[in-house]
Amino acid sequence: MNEIVLKTENLGISFGGLKAAQNVNLTVYKNELYGLIGPNGAGKTTVFNLLTGVYKPTNGTFSLMGENLVGLKQAEINKKGIARTFQNIRLFNNMSVIKNVMVGLANRKEYKCNLAQSLFRTPKYYETEIAMRAKAKELLDVFGLLEERNQLASNLPYGKQRKLEIARALATDPKLLLLDEPAAGMNPQETEELMETIKFVRDKFDMTILLIEHDMKLVGGICDELTVLNFGTVLCQGKTDEVLCNPEVVKAYLGE
Amino acid sequence: MNGFKTYFTNFKKTFKVKNFIMYFIVAGAMILFGGLGAAGALKRSFLVLLEQMGYGIIVALALSLVVGFLGELSLGHAAFMSIGAFLGCYFQNSVFPALSSSSPFVALLLAMLIGGAAAGAFGFIIGLPALRLKGDYLAIVTLAFGEIVKVLFQNIPVFGGALGIQNKYRYNVNSLYIIIFAVLLLTLIIVQNLIRSKHGRAVTAIRDNEIAAKSTGVNVSYYKIAVFVISAVIAGVGGVLFAGTQNTFKPAKFDYNYSINILVMVVLGGMGNINGTIISAAIITFINVRLGTVLTGNLAVLKDIFYALILIALVIYNNAPALKKFRSKYNLKNGAAAVWNFLVRAFTKKKAEPDPAREVEFGADWSRIPTKVEMDELLSTDFIPETDKPDRGEGGEGK
Repeated sequence: MNEIVLKTENLGISFGGLKAAQNVNLTVYKNELYGLIGPNGAGKTTVFNLLTGVYKPTNGTFSLMGENLVGLKQAEINKKGIARTFQNIRLFNNMSVIKNVMVGLANRKEYKCNLAQSLFRTPKYYETEIAMRAKAKELLDVFGLLEERNQLASNLPYGKQRKLEIARALATDPKLLLLDEPAAGMNPQETEELMETIKFVRDKFDMTILLIEHDMKLVGGICDELTVLNFGTVLCQGKTDEVLCNPEVVKAYLGE
Repeated sequence: MNGFKTYFTNFKKTFKVKNFIMYFIVAGAMILFGGLGAAGALKRSFLVLLEQMGYGIIVALALSLVVGFLGELSLGHAAFMSIGAFLGCYFQNSVFPALSSSSPFVALLLAMLIGGAAAGAFGFIIGLPALRLKGDYLAIVTLAFGEIVKVLFQNIPVFGGALGIQNKYRYNVNSLYIIIFAVLLLTLIIVQNLIRSKHGRAVTAIRDNEIAAKSTGVNVSYYKIAVFVISAVIAGVGGVLFAGTQNTFKPAKFDYNYSINILVMVVLGGMGNINGTIISAAIITFINVRLGTVLTGNLAVLKDIFYALILIALVIYNNAPALKKFRSKYNLKNGAAAVWNFLVRAFTKKKAEPDPAREVEFGADWSRIPTKVEMDELLSTDFIPETDKPDRGEGGEGK
């Protein structure tokens, strides 16, 4: 069996009396494309926010490659290897495309360069700066954004902004990539293209991906396994085909 | 030796004359005015104006780090300046007076170190609430901080109380402005180096989207405090230099109005635009000083009115289409490129062709320090069609 990348045990959070998520148990194996679906308000993004440290879980734990990450700050969790994108694209809009990616690269071990070294431009500064730039260009090339690298991120078309967000997340060298509704607001053709991109990212970067999605075509097309959330609890888990045929799931989505 | 060679190649690889143009201008001004001053060709009043411009620009650069790059509003930067000014002056007067009279330059350097460090410590203190507060709320805290520092200095007898402190070892007017320009050049280099490094990118990332910055691994707390400390140190050093230009000065000088004045320099120069900040700080200082000398006697009361009117006109016409067109044609970058080409042609006798590969690689985006608020968007009364901005809605925290 493959290596376990992410494991959550009874993960949950309540806001006052509202149990936004409870007893969420996920096991994501290496190189897997894992889908998290559910109707609006089911707690999918809450789970993402728990996994990335935006919220601290009120019960349960989660671990990445066997290491417990509960209680760490967002930046620390990112350094441990969980990167994410957002449902509403959150780019650094007033920075150029390449700089967006370079912000992500900054934490990698190979680009260490402290504040004093930067302020006084020691040889180390030039070394890391040039290396980072080359690496960023490499990454942008993979996503077909090389041409636009000097544009402002806000000037990119919607589909490319999504890609840039993924590129920025990958720049942090994650072990697990969380995609929050990557197909939101896309037309069928763009969705098709996105599916290819996601698969490509998985294969090229040897990545494990956990994604939230409403687009059943996308979910059915690329996910290996699914977990369905409803009212903050797990409704059903398993292989994609089985889950999508489950009458409980259909009921949750469409009503009786 | 080999290391130096690599360093030089790397430097050359990233060098773009337009990124360094402000260094040349400041250094050129220093040499020009230094030479003229040494020859005795400059009036005393002009030297004083140069001094005022110098420390004005230094403090404006300090504030521009916080406002333009970190994206937080600080209304208390005059306080950092006053900490530097009073402590620097006090140390020169009372702690090492012998040094101040025998070698005033060393004493001034020491005072700058002490004043900068003290202001930096306060920058750290004011950076702490910045971790939890944002926008208007932080502005109120910094405003209160500024007033507290002012009142403290007014009530500490060591610093002269409300009557102010007397600068017993005032620096020679004929050479102080050169020191101020040297410090200005150093400040400029440090600020630019900070902004054009991965740390600077992290800071601008926080400004653009704090939630995304956190999830991209930016240590937000560290950078917020670091920027406040660096900014405070620079402002403190500016304060020491200010003190050097005065015979006596009062705590009341560093009030709310003074902080706002610094903020005006930054905003008028364009948020996150270092060259613009320098130019606008110089212009505003000039206007202030000129108004003070032109309007004398009974007319002096009109000074503030005229100042306000000029500011309003500047802000409105700063973005007039004709002026914008003019600026995009005759801006510093193009000017620098023209001068550079001329020099290259003069010395190498061949036509300088911009290397297209390098142009794309480093030119275009190194020079562009992102600006936060596009001023024309802010001020334009035209109707901006929203059609080209797809509505993406606003989600809650972390959506």
